[in-house]
Amino acid sequence: MTRPFQLSDPVRARQLADAITILAPPTPVKIVHVCGTHEMAITQHGLRRFLPKTVEILEGPGCPVCVTPTADIDAAVQIAEAGAIVCTFGDMTRVPGTRLTLEQARSKGCDIRVVLSAAEAASLAIETDREVLFFAVGFETTTPMTAAVLLDDPPANLSVLVCHKKIPEAMAVLLNLPGTNINGYMAPGHVSTILGLAPYARQLDLFKIPIVIGGFEPLDILYAIALILRQLRDGKGFVENAFPRAVADEGNVAAQILIETVFESAEVGWRGIGTIPDSGYRLRKEFAQFDARGRFEIHGETGSETIPGCRCADVLTARATPADCPLFGTRCTPLSPVGPCMVGTEGACSIWFRYGGRELP
Amino acid sequence: MTEYDDRISPLHGAGGEMMGKLLAEHVLPHFAASQVGRIDLSAMDDGATLELPVSGELVMTTDSHVVKPVFFPGGDIGKLAAAGTLNDLAVMGARPLALSLAVIIEEDFLMADIDRIIQSFAETLAGSDTPLICGDTKVMGRGEIDGIAINTAGIGIADPAIGDAGAQPGDVIMVTGTIGDHGMALMASREEFHLDTELVSDVDSIWPMIRSILPLGGIHAMKDPTRGGLAAALNEMSSKSQTTLELDQSKIPVRDDVQGLSDMLGISPLEVANEGKAVLVVDPAIADAILETLRQHPLGKNAAIIGHVGTEYPGRVVMTTDVGGRRFLDMPLGDPVPRIC
Repeated sequence: MTRPFQLSDPVRARQLADAITILAPPTPVKIVHVCGTHEMAITQHGLRRFLPKTVEILEGPGCPVCVTPTADIDAAVQIAEAGAIVCTFGDMTRVPGTRLTLEQARSKGCDIRVVLSAAEAASLAIETDREVLFFAVGFETTTPMTAAVLLDDPPANLSVLVCHKKIPEAMAVLLNLPGTNINGYMAPGHVSTILGLAPYARQLDLFKIPIVIGGFEPLDILYAIALILRQLRDGKGFVENAFPRAVADEGNVAAQILIETVFESAEVGWRGIGTIPDSGYRLRKEFAQFDARGRFEIHGETGSETIPGCRCADVLTARATPADCPLFGTRCTPLSPVGPCMVGTEGACSIWFRYGGRELP
Repeated sequence: MTEYDDRISPLHGAGGEMMGKLLAEHVLPHFAASQVGRIDLSAMDDGATLELPVSGELVMTTDSHVVKPVFFPGGDIGKLAAAGTLNDLAVMGARPLALSLAVIIEEDFLMADIDRIIQSFAETLAGSDTPLICGDTKVMGRGEIDGIAINTAGIGIADPAIGDAGAQPGDVIMVTGTIGDHGMALMASREEFHLDTELVSDVDSIWPMIRSILPLGGIHAMKDPTRGGLAAALNEMSSKSQTTLELDQSKIPVRDDVQGLSDMLGISPLEVANEGKAVLVVDPAIADAILETLRQHPLGKNAAIIGHVGTEYPGRVVMTTDVGGRRFLDMPLGDPVPRIC
């Protein structure tokens, strides 16, 4: 089948693979990306086949559904049980909370709706007198959309459970965790269209490792990997844009202003990592009336994040591949997931399971 | 004339005069007399008869159809029901002899919509020279069913019937046309996406096309890749034959607009339904002749060889990707959902 701009041309892919082989050092290299769409492209196109055995690429905390902590799901369940209509993205409904998933809450009579955007939740709130909650998860790609809705005279019965997160901060924290051994990052192309280059530099410059922004077509990804390896070979470590056809150096300033106007930085929890200062958002006080945490009294007490035997925490921190987990594909499958990385369609485990897993010979 | 004449009422399913009127005015006129048995639809008896074939095997199939929306780009539930059953017979290598039609309708359903649905059902049957020989109508109360559901059974005759388990190492795998059209057209028509596309479903009876290749022989396995798409059909075929189906992704015909929407939603065209296609596993010596014959039929003009049968991973489907990677293509898990970002 033909793909846009011939960005899956097998001849060019082979040329890039040759360049990657020449650039790769003899010692093992671990490259981490932080994006479900990257993992999907790598696995779906079978791109690991193009990498020498010494070069490994893994998904870190790149699935917004997977990194949402139990406490946030518990809060959404509590609000649903209080009678509000809870709107969220598809696979969020299947992630386990302490007691229930949102899907289980629905089967107990709660009103849970799957939406594609914050705007859809706002439209729903206009049509009803009931309380409507938008359970807002996602990285910088979805944050401006939530902000835009809150700036557009939203109905008073709409509230937002803000769980938006920042990727560059999490990338920095990962480098400080024991055992991650990350040699370079492929930064997510779509998040970067919003952020531009500066936030990565701010968070990561002191680590002096290559950060290369990559697009999502097969050649985009191979090119970004080649640039990471070139920086490593040259002993460099800086933010480089391998996706200039979509990512401007300064990012999307209008979207940044939307985020800045509505949100301020906050310490938030990441499943598998813990709390990270300034790694997420809360509403500014001008928008406090839409804050679900204020409108509903969130209890806050929450059960353990650890699931016996499940290595999601290691997968989310790029310390294990899905196949390293003893539950992968046996007790844990997308149809009966144990951990969040198998629930979220952008989770590494789910992607490996659905698209054939580790590279074929 | 009451104000309800333009809508289905519970009386239309009650077996009395209203039901007789519904059948006489909205159903029977669409269907020609059957030539396959002594007692046919027009007899309105408790059953219909079929004359026993002189040779070959009888093939029977049944299928229930619900679809949202009922009228979709390129077709409707009537055409889907007729084509679905005709195609199940066709991929068994069976010439359709007759179909049944059972319709369950929600009270208040528009009579004009019933007319459209029955008409497209009848047209699809006529296109494959197949009579409707018996049927049933039920009406359920509001909220007890979502609009309309259709069940059809079909009987055909094959000599011999072609299963889906007969793949042999060395065989050639082909599809009769572009993949993913129906599933992606339905996805695009879902209002929440606010998409303006010209995607249309491929729903159609493939019997007239399949009929042209049966005399060539050499078809070892055949399937219609409906729910679960090409990926599901191929996985069933490899698993039942314990062979490896080796695909070349660059050879799989996919329309540019289908691929575009697929990239946007993160849903593979290989995992969504087709309603007017077949996937065939054939003897390599006959493959070119089959392909040429398929391409001469309007429904088969994009037919293509997409891979071959091997032995490396028994029961699995392996795909060389467009870009030259290689991975397993596994059974899809269920309804595909669009990703967040």
